[in-house]
Amino acid sequence: MDITWYLVLSALIFAVGVSGVLLRRSPLVILLCLELMLNAGNLALLAFSRSLGNQDGQVFALIVMVIAACEVVVGLGIIVAAYRRRIPLNVDDLRSLRG
Amino acid sequence: MIQVCFFLGAIGCLGGAIAVIALRNPFYSVLALIVHLISLAGLFLLLQGEFIAAAQIVVYAGAVMVLYVFVAAYVGNVDEPLWEPIPGQRFIAPVIGLALFVELAIAITGSGLKAIDTTGPTVDIGFGSPSAIGKLLLERFLVAFEAASLLLLIAAVGAVVLAGRHRAEDPNATQETA
Repeated sequence: MDITWYLVLSALIFAVGVSGVLLRRSPLVILLCLELMLNAGNLALLAFSRSLGNQDGQVFALIVMVIAACEVVVGLGIIVAAYRRRIPLNVDDLRSLRG
Repeated sequence: MIQVCFFLGAIGCLGGAIAVIALRNPFYSVLALIVHLISLAGLFLLLQGEFIAAAQIVVYAGAVMVLYVFVAAYVGNVDEPLWEPIPGQRFIAPVIGLALFVELAIAITGSGLKAIDTTGPTVDIGFGSPSAIGKLLLERFLVAFEAASLLLLIAAVGAVVLAGRHRAEDPNATQETA
Protein backbone atom coordinates (compact mmCIF):
# COMPACT_ATOMS: atom_id res chain seq x y z
CA MET A 1 0.00 0.00 0.00
CA ASP A 2 1.23 3.50 -0.79
CA ILE A 3 2.04 5.78 2.09
CA THR A 4 -0.53 8.25 0.71
CA TRP A 5 -3.35 5.90 1.75
CA TYR A 6 -2.21 5.95 5.36
CA LEU A 7 -1.82 9.73 5.33
CA VAL A 8 -5.30 10.28 3.89
CA LEU A 9 -6.77 7.90 6.48
CA SER A 10 -4.96 9.82 9.20
CA ALA A 11 -6.37 13.11 7.86
CA LEU A 12 -9.86 11.56 7.86
CA ILE A 13 -9.55 10.41 11.49
CA PHE A 14 -8.22 13.84 12.47
CA ALA A 15 -11.20 15.55 10.80
CA VAL A 16 -13.61 13.21 12.61
CA GLY A 17 -11.93 14.12 15.90
CA VAL A 18 -12.18 17.86 15.19
CA SER A 19 -15.88 17.53 14.33
CA GLY A 20 -16.42 15.61 17.55
CA VAL A 21 -14.80 18.33 19.66
CA LEU A 22 -16.98 20.93 17.96
CA LEU A 23 -20.18 18.86 18.15
CA ARG A 24 -20.27 17.22 21.54
CA ARG A 25 -20.93 18.84 24.91
CA SER A 26 -19.84 16.16 27.37
CA PRO A 27 -16.22 16.69 28.51
CA LEU A 28 -15.72 12.91 28.58
CA VAL A 29 -16.52 12.57 24.86
CA ILE A 30 -14.39 15.63 24.07
CA LEU A 31 -11.43 13.90 25.74
CA LEU A 32 -12.16 10.82 23.59
CA CYS A 33 -12.09 13.01 20.48
CA LEU A 34 -8.74 14.45 21.55
CA GLU A 35 -7.50 10.86 21.70
CA LEU A 36 -8.76 10.37 18.13
CA MET A 37 -6.72 13.37 16.96
CA LEU A 38 -3.58 12.21 18.77
CA ASN A 39 -3.96 8.75 17.22
CA ALA A 40 -4.32 10.28 13.75
CA GLY A 41 -1.04 12.08 14.40
CA ASN A 42 0.54 8.78 15.51
CA LEU A 43 -0.59 7.07 12.30
CA ALA A 44 0.95 9.86 10.21
CA LEU A 45 4.19 9.63 12.22
CA LEU A 46 4.44 5.88 11.64
CA ALA A 47 3.62 6.26 7.94
CA PHE A 48 6.39 8.82 7.47
CA SER A 49 8.75 6.69 9.54
CA ARG A 50 8.06 3.77 7.19
CA SER A 51 8.40 5.90 4.07
CA LEU A 52 11.77 7.25 5.21
CA GLY A 53 13.00 3.91 6.56
CA ASN A 54 13.91 5.70 9.80
CA GLN A 55 12.77 4.60 13.23
CA ASP A 56 12.83 8.04 14.87
CA GLY A 57 9.16 8.56 14.03
CA GLN A 58 8.23 5.46 16.01
CA VAL A 59 10.00 6.79 19.10
CA PHE A 60 8.11 10.06 18.56
CA ALA A 61 4.81 8.12 18.43
CA LEU A 62 5.72 6.43 21.71
CA ILE A 63 6.28 9.83 23.36
CA VAL A 64 2.94 11.02 21.96
CA MET A 65 1.31 8.02 23.69
CA VAL A 66 2.91 9.09 26.99
CA ILE A 67 1.60 12.64 26.54
CA ALA A 68 -1.87 11.25 25.76
CA ALA A 69 -1.81 9.15 28.94
CA CYS A 70 -0.87 12.22 31.03
CA GLU A 71 -3.61 14.29 29.41
CA VAL A 72 -6.18 11.55 30.08
CA VAL A 73 -5.16 11.24 33.74
CA VAL A 74 -5.44 14.97 34.43
CA GLY A 75 -8.61 15.40 32.33
CA LEU A 76 -10.41 12.51 34.00
CA GLY A 77 -9.27 13.87 37.40
CA ILE A 78 -10.91 17.20 36.59
CA ILE A 79 -14.10 15.43 35.42
CA VAL A 80 -14.32 13.34 38.61
CA ALA A 81 -13.64 16.40 40.80
CA ALA A 82 -16.33 18.39 38.97
CA TYR A 83 -18.81 15.51 39.32
CA ARG A 84 -18.13 15.26 43.07
CA ARG A 85 -18.89 18.96 43.53
CA ARG A 86 -22.18 18.58 41.65
CA ILE A 87 -20.99 20.81 38.85
CA PRO A 88 -22.92 19.96 35.66
CA LEU A 89 -20.74 18.07 33.22
CA ASN A 90 -21.31 20.26 30.21
CA VAL A 91 -18.60 22.32 28.59
CA ASP A 92 -20.98 25.24 28.10
CA ASP A 93 -21.47 25.42 31.88
CA LEU A 94 -17.80 24.88 32.76
CA ARG A 95 -16.87 28.38 31.71
CA SER A 96 -14.89 29.24 34.82
CA LEU A 97 -12.07 27.03 33.46
CA ARG A 98 -11.76 29.28 30.44
CA GLY A 99 -8.44 31.08 30.29
CA MET B 1 -3.33 -9.59 1.09
CA ILE B 2 -1.82 -6.37 2.39
CA GLN B 3 -4.59 -4.42 0.68
CA VAL B 4 -7.26 -6.54 2.35
CA CYS B 5 -5.62 -6.06 5.77
CA PHE B 6 -5.30 -2.31 5.19
CA PHE B 7 -8.93 -1.85 4.22
CA LEU B 8 -10.15 -4.02 7.09
CA GLY B 9 -8.09 -1.93 9.51
CA ALA B 10 -9.17 1.33 7.88
CA ILE B 11 -12.84 0.37 8.10
CA GLY B 12 -12.42 -0.54 11.78
CA CYS B 13 -10.56 2.71 12.46
CA LEU B 14 -13.04 4.97 10.70
CA GLY B 15 -16.10 3.12 11.97
CA GLY B 16 -14.81 3.33 15.53
CA ALA B 17 -13.97 7.03 15.14
CA ILE B 18 -17.38 7.90 13.74
CA ALA B 19 -19.12 5.80 16.39
CA VAL B 20 -17.24 7.74 19.10
CA ILE B 21 -18.84 11.00 18.05
CA ALA B 22 -22.19 9.57 16.91
CA LEU B 23 -23.22 7.50 19.95
CA ARG B 24 -25.09 9.45 22.62
CA ASN B 25 -24.06 7.31 25.60
CA PRO B 26 -20.44 8.11 26.64
CA PHE B 27 -19.97 4.49 27.75
CA TYR B 28 -20.59 3.21 24.22
CA SER B 29 -18.29 5.93 22.90
CA VAL B 30 -15.49 4.53 25.06
CA LEU B 31 -16.15 1.01 23.73
CA ALA B 32 -16.11 2.35 20.14
CA LEU B 33 -12.75 3.99 20.84
CA ILE B 34 -11.38 0.60 21.93
CA VAL B 35 -12.43 -0.86 18.54
CA HIS B 36 -10.73 2.09 16.86
CA LEU B 37 -7.50 1.60 18.84
CA ILE B 38 -7.27 -2.13 18.11
CA SER B 39 -7.81 -1.57 14.38
CA LEU B 40 -5.17 1.16 14.49
CA ALA B 41 -2.74 -1.29 16.09
CA GLY B 42 -3.30 -3.56 13.08
CA LEU B 43 -2.39 -0.68 10.77
CA PHE B 44 0.74 -0.02 12.84
CA LEU B 45 1.71 -3.67 12.27
CA LEU B 46 1.31 -3.13 8.51
CA LEU B 47 3.69 -0.17 8.82
CA GLN B 48 6.22 -2.45 10.60
CA GLY B 49 5.83 -0.77 13.98
CA GLU B 50 5.72 -3.99 16.00
CA PHE B 51 6.60 -2.44 19.33
CA ILE B 52 4.26 0.54 18.83
CA ALA B 53 1.40 -1.83 17.96
CA ALA B 54 2.02 -3.89 21.09
CA ALA B 55 2.26 -0.75 23.25
CA GLN B 56 -0.91 0.57 21.65
CA ILE B 57 -2.87 -2.53 22.66
CA VAL B 58 -1.33 -3.03 26.11
CA VAL B 59 -1.07 0.58 27.26
CA TYR B 60 -3.79 2.35 25.30
CA ALA B 61 -6.55 -0.17 24.67
CA GLY B 62 -5.72 -1.86 27.98
CA ALA B 63 -4.77 0.58 30.73
CA VAL B 64 -5.98 4.00 29.55
CA MET B 65 -9.32 2.70 28.33
CA VAL B 66 -9.95 0.92 31.64
CA LEU B 67 -9.56 4.34 33.25
CA TYR B 68 -12.13 5.75 30.82
CA VAL B 69 -14.54 2.89 31.43
CA PHE B 70 -14.37 3.42 35.19
CA VAL B 71 -14.96 7.17 34.91
CA ALA B 72 -17.79 6.70 32.39
CA ALA B 73 -19.44 4.22 34.75
CA TYR B 74 -18.86 6.53 37.75
CA VAL B 75 -20.13 9.72 36.13
CA GLY B 76 -22.95 7.86 34.44
CA ASN B 77 -25.10 9.20 31.65
CA VAL B 78 -24.40 12.81 30.94
CA ASP B 79 -27.53 14.22 29.38
CA GLU B 80 -26.75 16.41 26.46
CA PRO B 81 -29.05 19.41 26.26
CA LEU B 82 -31.38 19.54 23.32
CA TRP B 83 -31.12 23.29 22.91
CA GLU B 84 -28.11 24.79 21.23
CA PRO B 85 -26.23 27.61 22.93
CA ILE B 86 -24.74 28.58 19.58
CA PRO B 87 -27.41 28.38 16.88
CA GLY B 88 -26.56 26.16 13.94
CA GLN B 89 -23.43 24.71 15.50
CA ARG B 90 -24.69 21.19 14.87
CA PHE B 91 -24.64 21.92 11.13
CA ILE B 92 -21.54 24.08 10.96
CA ALA B 93 -19.27 21.68 12.89
CA PRO B 94 -19.39 18.79 10.35
CA VAL B 95 -18.88 21.30 7.52
CA ILE B 96 -15.74 22.60 9.24
CA GLY B 97 -14.53 19.03 9.77
CA LEU B 98 -15.13 18.19 6.12
CA ALA B 99 -13.35 21.36 5.00
CA LEU B 100 -10.37 20.44 7.19
CA PHE B 101 -10.24 16.96 5.65
CA VAL B 102 -10.39 18.33 2.10
CA GLU B 103 -7.63 20.81 2.93
CA LEU B 104 -5.41 18.10 4.45
CA ALA B 105 -6.08 15.73 1.53
CA ILE B 106 -5.11 18.43 -0.97
CA ALA B 107 -1.96 19.10 1.04
CA ILE B 108 -1.06 15.39 1.13
CA THR B 109 -1.78 14.51 -2.49
CA GLY B 110 -0.39 17.79 -3.81
CA SER B 111 2.86 17.65 -1.86
CA GLY B 112 6.04 17.26 -3.86
CA LEU B 113 7.28 14.38 -1.72
CA LYS B 114 8.33 11.61 -4.09
CA ALA B 115 8.58 8.79 -1.57
CA ILE B 116 4.93 9.26 -0.64
CA ASP B 117 3.64 7.32 -3.67
CA THR B 118 5.69 4.22 -2.87
CA THR B 119 5.39 1.57 -0.22
CA GLY B 120 8.61 2.83 1.31
CA PRO B 121 12.14 1.46 1.09
CA THR B 122 12.96 -2.10 2.05
CA VAL B 123 14.03 -2.12 5.67
CA ASP B 124 15.96 -4.50 7.87
CA ILE B 125 14.22 -7.38 9.59
CA GLY B 126 14.53 -5.67 12.99
CA PHE B 127 12.78 -2.44 11.93
CA GLY B 128 10.45 -1.33 14.72
CA SER B 129 11.25 -4.29 16.94
CA PRO B 130 11.37 -3.77 20.73
CA SER B 131 15.16 -4.05 20.80
CA ALA B 132 15.64 -1.40 18.09
CA ILE B 133 13.16 1.02 19.70
CA GLY B 134 14.64 0.39 23.15
CA LYS B 135 18.12 1.09 21.88
CA LEU B 136 16.97 4.37 20.34
CA LEU B 137 15.10 5.36 23.51
CA LEU B 138 18.05 4.71 25.80
CA GLU B 139 20.73 6.16 23.54
CA ARG B 140 19.62 8.91 21.19
CA PHE B 141 16.40 9.92 22.91
CA LEU B 142 17.44 9.45 26.53
CA VAL B 143 16.50 13.03 27.51
CA ALA B 144 13.02 12.70 25.98
CA PHE B 145 12.59 9.34 27.70
CA GLU B 146 13.50 10.74 31.13
CA ALA B 147 11.35 13.83 30.58
CA ALA B 148 8.41 11.56 29.70
CA SER B 149 8.87 9.55 32.89
CA LEU B 150 8.98 12.77 34.95
CA LEU B 151 5.85 14.01 33.17
CA LEU B 152 4.02 10.76 33.98
CA LEU B 153 4.99 11.09 37.65
CA ILE B 154 3.73 14.69 37.78
CA ALA B 155 0.48 13.67 36.05
CA ALA B 156 -0.07 10.85 38.55
CA VAL B 157 0.50 13.20 41.51
CA GLY B 158 -1.78 15.77 39.90
CA ALA B 159 -4.56 13.22 39.44
CA VAL B 160 -4.33 12.19 43.10
CA VAL B 161 -4.51 15.84 44.17
CA LEU B 162 -7.44 16.56 41.85
CA ALA B 163 -9.56 13.51 42.55
CA GLY B 164 -8.59 12.88 46.15
CA ARG B 165 -11.26 13.37 48.78
CA HIS B 166 -10.37 16.44 50.83
CA ARG B 167 -12.07 15.78 54.15
CA ALA B 168 -10.95 19.08 55.63
CA GLU B 169 -12.23 21.04 52.65
CA ASP B 170 -15.53 19.26 52.23
CA PRO B 171 -17.52 21.56 54.59
CA ASN B 172 -16.21 24.54 52.65
CA ALA B 173 -17.20 22.93 49.38
CA THR B 174 -20.76 22.30 50.56
CA GLN B 175 -20.98 25.87 51.86
CA GLU B 176 -19.88 27.19 48.49
CA THR B 177 -22.56 25.31 46.64
CA ALA B 178 -25.27 25.94 49.24
